[in-house]
Amino acid sequence: MIRSEILKEIAPILRDQLVVCNIGIPSQELHAIDDQASNFYMLGTMGLASSIGLGLAHAQPKPVIVIDGDGSVLTNLGTLPTIGNNPAPNYILLIVDNGSYGSTGDQPTYTGRKTSLTEMARAAGCDRVVECQAEETGAVLEDALAAGQCTVIVCKCESGNAKMPVITMDPVVIRDRFMGAVKA
Amino acid sequence: MTIDQKITADLVAAKIGLVTTVPCKQLAGVIEEVDQHPEIHHIPANKEDEGMGICAGAWMGGTRSAIIMQNTAIGVTINTLATLIQFYRMPLPMLISYRGELREPVACQVEMAVHTKALLAQLNIPTYHFHKQADAEELPMILDYTFMCNKPVAILTDANFWGGYGDQ
Repeated sequence: MIRSEILKEIAPILRDQLVVCNIGIPSQELHAIDDQASNFYMLGTMGLASSIGLGLAHAQPKPVIVIDGDGSVLTNLGTLPTIGNNPAPNYILLIVDNGSYGSTGDQPTYTGRKTSLTEMARAAGCDRVVECQAEETGAVLEDALAAGQCTVIVCKCESGNAKMPVITMDPVVIRDRFMGAVKA
Repeated sequence: MTIDQKITADLVAAKIGLVTTVPCKQLAGVIEEVDQHPEIHHIPANKEDEGMGICAGAWMGGTRSAIIMQNTAIGVTINTLATLIQFYRMPLPMLISYRGELREPVACQVEMAVHTKALLAQLNIPTYHFHKQADAEELPMILDYTFMCNKPVAILTDANFWGGYGDQ
């Protein structure tokens, strides 16, 4: 399975939750599959999805699901100790780990070689870390929502992108309707 | 009331409920005050762009936020300021230790000091420079202004403001 197939499968779970989605093709895919006001699409700033989600989870009680990628987590590795030492019970970081920089042409990342984000998250102090295969993502995500505990999911999947249009929505519109969904 | 307590009280009065920090020796006192204040949720960050992401999320979640960092961080966070804070129109007070100014003992700090105001000006970021402790009287107004206009705003605080770096 590739990322877009996972997103299609978990879209019914994501629909009712606050979702912070990673820059580039992941946001384009989620936007095309199931656009919701409760989705915050990152249009730039590689690496910060997990941080934005963490701030959001600490500021309000609704569950927050961050859809991140291995390349983006690698570029902001400091996020893992911050999450581990400041766990929010309503925070779920779903790292779609396809071992490649999908938005830039599928160049390999180090997670396809010797690096394990699962072990790094554990070593960083994250208490609930679950590694799963792509097919298991929906069940693992539902478990995490039910657990009510800060969770990092590392979902191992195949590299590849669906062809989806660029998001042309104004960023202030994305942000404003998202804040409306937070308050709703 | 010390200057550290005054700054912290001003943050609280402006309804700032979450503060992220990356330390600087000059900021040690205010970071300690922020950390101990019951009305502020303090999340130390490993890098300032990460901290700005946390602030952005907190603000969207309904909690006003601020970052405390050193001016070297302007070099780290230009992309985040442009593509997250400014692009999505978010307010972000940045209390910045302005290293490399008068009374600075470390030469390398001057190398970023000479770029600091130029970079902030290039980014059209409203910038205030506290050189004397009386300058901090404007802090409540600067915070109100930040949340009025939904922009990042820089408050540069130099060694003279803090009573000297290393010679105090």
